[in-house]
Amino acid sequence: MELPGIAFYIVAFLTMGGIYAILCLALNMQWGFGGLFNAGIAGFYAVGAYTAAILTSAGSSAHLGGFDLPIVVGLICAGIASGIVGWAIARICVRLKADYLAMASIGIAEIIRLAIVNEEWLTNGSLGISRIPRPLEAFYSGRAAEVVFVVFVWLIVAVTFLVARRLQQSPWGRVMRAIRDNEETAASIGKDVQRFRTETFVVGSVFMGVAGALSAHYFKFFSPDATEPLLITFLAWVMLIAGGSGNNLGAIAGALAIWAIWSLTEVVTQQLPPDWATRSSYIRMLLIGLLLQFVLQRFRSGLFPEKSPKLRISREK
Amino acid sequence: MIDFINFYLIPGITLGSIYALGAVGVSMIFGILRFAHFAHGDLMTVGAYAALTAVWVLGIPALAAIPFAIIVTCLAALLADRLFYRPLRDLPTIYTVIASFGVALILRSIVQTVWGTDSQVYMTGFQKPTIFFDTFRIATRHIQIILATAALTVALHYFLSRTRLGKSMRAVADDPDLAAVAGLDTERIIRWTWIIGAALAAIAGVFVGLDTDVHTNLGWNLLLPMFAAALLGGIGKPLGAIAGGLIIGIAEEACTYPFFGDTLIAPSYKSAVAFVIMVLILIYRPQGLFRGRLM
Repeated sequence: MELPGIAFYIVAFLTMGGIYAILCLALNMQWGFGGLFNAGIAGFYAVGAYTAAILTSAGSSAHLGGFDLPIVVGLICAGIASGIVGWAIARICVRLKADYLAMASIGIAEIIRLAIVNEEWLTNGSLGISRIPRPLEAFYSGRAAEVVFVVFVWLIVAVTFLVARRLQQSPWGRVMRAIRDNEETAASIGKDVQRFRTETFVVGSVFMGVAGALSAHYFKFFSPDATEPLLITFLAWVMLIAGGSGNNLGAIAGALAIWAIWSLTEVVTQQLPPDWATRSSYIRMLLIGLLLQFVLQRFRSGLFPEKSPKLRISREK
Repeated sequence: MIDFINFYLIPGITLGSIYALGAVGVSMIFGILRFAHFAHGDLMTVGAYAALTAVWVLGIPALAAIPFAIIVTCLAALLADRLFYRPLRDLPTIYTVIASFGVALILRSIVQTVWGTDSQVYMTGFQKPTIFFDTFRIATRHIQIILATAALTVALHYFLSRTRLGKSMRAVADDPDLAAVAGLDTERIIRWTWIIGAALAAIAGVFVGLDTDVHTNLGWNLLLPMFAAALLGGIGKPLGAIAGGLIIGIAEEACTYPFFGDTLIAPSYKSAVAFVIMVLILIYRPQGLFRGRLM
């Protein structure tokens, strides 16, 4: 491969890596801060993707919208829509053991998938939504546009990171950790456990929606088949645990590292004999499944283990 | 009315039987090992494909291939427990939930690699339904599935209430610390929980293949109704899970019956019924209909 080709590949890698980094930071808010298990990440991602697609794509008779709104408006609305779904599910489940939320989140992802496939007036069903714009499309084209988009994605990654870090260092973040590590103690000093958990789940859902919206802009087309739901959910989990749950930097590092491994396995499985080529994607899944088990057993604190921010209490004399 | 029984109630009970057999395992594992087993659906898939292989290689009917499916699925479950769940047993159980999520993916990708992703059937050709009293037309496979599930339910009840092992299981599900203090061998009970859960899952998997077809997402797609059934019946109550499975199976089919001239919900939203029931149970009665454990 020539140099421009490699550079182009790296840009594509960083774009998807950035989208996964946002997803991973969002999951870190739910799991790393709050100990809440979300098995329906793909559902929140899809809500965000479709909201952005409907709001920002050019007008179409095949589905609701497109309203041709600015991309930033689309991103914000995608976050809000996804946050509302997260709020509804959190309200029901946060008072119970984390396993119940895990089961219900599978359900919500399934319902969202059903709605997307069946409500053709809204989403154009399995045909999907096309002509989704990218930022500054009018000014750049070709490879320059790819570079503009990767910058845009990483700007959002930076925003997400700053929000996550601010949340983690704030008194709110301290309460979240207290609740995660010992619910009874936190409750005994008067913290409203359910409210805090709902909040962290909603904030996480918002950013999952934003990640979905970005992917819709990146693909410029979104349909139920555009993504493999289980793969998204699963990769996000592997990334966070490998990177270090509870650590925002770890979430980004994990996302890039696992996305690199995932991309490399594609290169490797392409070298297999043709008989095996059709099966290569399943073998990749198998490897990533085994990687998760390895990380869970041997490498649980991840690349960047969680560090509690220093307490900055002004001591009075 | 006859139409309702023939085309909605009987298929509903059949579907419910399949959910029920899967939900027993989910409920027992949640009750005894204390985690939601996300790979349970994919154990069903393993069972269905193991039976498919026996059908191909030995030329036997699918029902005769069930023992083979049970052996393979039990081995898969015990191996998953030994390799992936047991090392995490001292950690908070949510880590085991994550591991089981990974095991689901591992099992499925093994099935996809070995058998490919095309849908398969145990046998081709049309089966003539049996007609009772000139009015009830019931497919043979539905009769087989419903009768087998009824027999298994009776056997399960006998096992849990009469045998020493069954009673020990209920004891661990009710209060693990007390059971350990009383000298019960927890690891042995866990092993048997896997064997029974996996065996029933394998049978359920073969039944799905018998009722429709065998494909690699077969089990994962049933995970939601199985969880809903286990919650509805009450966690740690295997017989409750059977009741829950039947209720959800019948509810899913009945919701598409035109009671008032129009169907209650569009058939394409059938699988939303299980979710709605799950949400209602979580809001109003998280301990389930039969007073299961609230974790």
